[in-house]
Amino acid sequence: MSKNILIIGATSAIATAVARQYAAQGATLYLVARNEEKVQVLSNDLRIRGAKDVISKIADVDFLDQHEAIVKNICVELKQIDIALIAHGVLPDQKQVENDVGATLKSFNTNALSTISLLTLLAHQFVRQQQGVIAVITSVAGDRGRQSNYVYGASKSMVSTFLQGLRNRLFFHHVKVLDIKPGFVDTPMVAHLKKSALWAQPEKVAKDILYAIDKKKDILYTPFFWRYIMLIIKNIPECLFKQLKL
Amino acid sequence: MVSGWGRYPFIEATMLNPASLDEFRQALSRQKHCIARGLGRSYGDSALANEMISLRRMDHFIAFDAKNGILSCEAGVSLSDILKVIVPQGWFLPVTPGTKYVTFGGAVASDVHGKNHHIEGCFSEFVQSLTLMLSDGSLCECSRDNNPALFHATCGGMGLTGLILRGTLVLKKMSSAYIHQVMIKADNLDAVFSLFEQNAASTYSVAWIDCLAKGKTLGRSLFMLGEHSQEGGYLLPPEKHLTVPLVMPATLLNSYSIAAFNALYFHRQRQKEQHRFVHYHPFFYPLDSLLHWNRLYGKKGFTQYQCVLPKAAGLLGMKEILKKITLSRRGSFLSVLKSCGPHNQNHLSFPIEGYSLALDFKIEPELFDLLNELDSIVAEYQGRVYLTKDVRLSEAMFKRMYPRWEEFLAIRIRYGADQKFHSYQSDRLGL
Ligand SMILES: Cc1cc2nc3c(=O)[nH]c(=O)nc-3n(C[C@H](O)[C@H](O)[C@H](O)COP(=O)(O)OP(=O)(O)OC[C@H]3O[C@@H](n4cnc5c(N)ncnc54)[C@H](O)[C@@H]3O)c2cc1C
Ligand SMILES: NC(=O)c1ccc[n+]([C@@H]2O[C@H](COP(=O)([O-])OP(=O)(O)OC[C@H]3O[C@@H](n4cnc5c(N)ncnc54)[C@H](OP(=O)(O)O)[C@@H]3O)[C@@H](O)[C@H]2O)c1
Repeated sequence: MSKNILIIGATSAIATAVARQYAAQGATLYLVARNEEKVQVLSNDLRIRGAKDVISKIADVDFLDQHEAIVKNICVELKQIDIALIAHGVLPDQKQVENDVGATLKSFNTNALSTISLLTLLAHQFVRQQQGVIAVITSVAGDRGRQSNYVYGASKSMVSTFLQGLRNRLFFHHVKVLDIKPGFVDTPMVAHLKKSALWAQPEKVAKDILYAIDKKKDILYTPFFWRYIMLIIKNIPECLFKQLKL
Repeated sequence: MVSGWGRYPFIEATMLNPASLDEFRQALSRQKHCIARGLGRSYGDSALANEMISLRRMDHFIAFDAKNGILSCEAGVSLSDILKVIVPQGWFLPVTPGTKYVTFGGAVASDVHGKNHHIEGCFSEFVQSLTLMLSDGSLCECSRDNNPALFHATCGGMGLTGLILRGTLVLKKMSSAYIHQVMIKADNLDAVFSLFEQNAASTYSVAWIDCLAKGKTLGRSLFMLGEHSQEGGYLLPPEKHLTVPLVMPATLLNSYSIAAFNALYFHRQRQKEQHRFVHYHPFFYPLDSLLHWNRLYGKKGFTQYQCVLPKAAGLLGMKEILKKITLSRRGSFLSVLKSCGPHNQNHLSFPIEGYSLALDFKIEPELFDLLNELDSIVAEYQGRVYLTKDVRLSEAMFKRMYPRWEEFLAIRIRYGADQKFHSYQSDRLGL
């Protein structure tokens, strides 16, 4: 049976790679993204790659008051959501946000509040369905605050903590909640950073995401070695950690 | 650090990955000189510059008319992705290189050819139209009727006219995803040449030459023919790969191991002629199931020398070249002989009617003299070397081999491309 898949932040490089794999399986896709040109191009692409149907909705998720209407429309169009993937995000410039409260809060709004708002609304639908998977892209950066990007990290860890509770709650409704924690992925968000051997391609990360959704995992580190890197980083005593230049 | 497929040379470079037209414009205006980059499967320095613009994120399908076999896509779409979409619907690439990991844009820019060049020509023969971003950020459509000079300069133009953003390709109807393959042993170069002549009507043909065979066996080869089969359906190949994990020590590829490899390859087939029913994947892309096989050549990297000699030079010229390579004992892992049909109208497309030979060489200091000597022979016979494989051809040789270079340069200037698009190769060749 063909699946119904919702993707928020669909034009993200990682989400696009995920959408293409589901399209090749003949899924129906509901895409939410803010850039009309990009989402049109992507919708066409997904149809040609085999999607049964593609519905798209233009929305800037920063406008929280529009979320209710968006989710309502999703539920009308899809009836049942088999998989919901939330992928949008921004990587603020740490130096800038240190000196700009407005920019700090704005990045929290995009990365954390909007996601939590959408999850809260979507959860009703999943409880009604008594099945499905909710998958959210957070980040390894949320595992520990570091001076070089703790504003981003904190917004991601807020979502991760929220997901833990949601997972626990929805367990009793047969709904799975997956927290996706990518390491370094070669995407436009980080186009300005120097690349090393640790960097993964979005297609590879997408493959891991599909596998984790399929296997009903709770937490995914992708590529896998980030689980071990973060295990070490998480276990450094704070009195030492605070002295590091990470 | 980036390089071409040959892993030589490696250079420091910045690579931008624009995803929308605006981002492409910004990328162009930010850089003085730059070059387009697809999947980096060109061997040498044609897709190398200190500033590069990757087409990786320009990788969407635009339209597919499955009834008439017409596909429009962005230039960063790979042939591998195209196959996934078209094969299940009964279509195939009209021309394909020996790897499916190249982009549409790269296939156009090198005007690639396949095992069917003698009958069906280059990739560009099937390109209906292209959309380019010129050096000033404006978009320009071109085809055989619309801005024809730009079209013919772009096909085979090694990225030197502008950024190819999208294009439309006419596909080939196929009767199944399987190939009826015939392999014939040829004891020497004379034998393989006559096999090419006798089988000029076959759709696909190619020969693997054992470059270390000498004397009477000079040019002994496995000659391979293929036709699309009528049976078997339209199944895609399974996605299974092996990866060469690390850069291997180059000594693995000394002349003994190559001799062993070639002998093995040659003797694997006992009978003189063998017929098989094979999937298109192993037939067209034998190396694609070994990812990163370019690491096999060790730290210093390698290059491929591909030349084509006109029919008139045929056997004689090829013998001279093969002898030289055999004597040097720098012989290659893979050496491929193909027959080419007539040249098309593009200024820098490689194939001319005759025979093309391609060999890999590990990079070592003495190699360059050998290749220069080969250039002289090739030029003497009015042949040429393939730019998409090249990393060392001299400006003078290039201009001798590609007499239309001046016309090409004029078009480059007319469209302002000379102010913006430069690769290591174009600077070396004086373009
Ligand atoms: C195993 C193997 C087998 C091969 N077999 C064959 C073969 O049988 N026949 C054959 O003809 N070739 C063959 N090739 C060569 C290959 O097909 C060409 O080098 C091809 O151009 C590579 O495409 P790419 O996307 O990797 O481009 P790149 O290597 O990234 O770029 C190649 C050239 O195209 C230009 N270019 C790329 N994209 C664009 C764009 N969007 N706009 C403008 N310019 C662009 C670059 O500037 C550069 O000059 C083979 C290569 C390999 C590795
Ligand atoms: N790349 C990495 O190394 C990395 C590592 C860990 C986690 N992540 C996370 O992975 C997710 C996907 O990012 P990516 O790497 O694929 O980068 P990306 O391609 O830049 O994707 C980010 C996406 O978020 C969208 N977006 C941002 N603000 C939005 C808003 N207010 N409303 C609607 N959409 C908005 C962007 O839309 P536009 O397309 O319109 O710009 C873009 O598509 C993000 O959550 C990111 O934090 C990435």
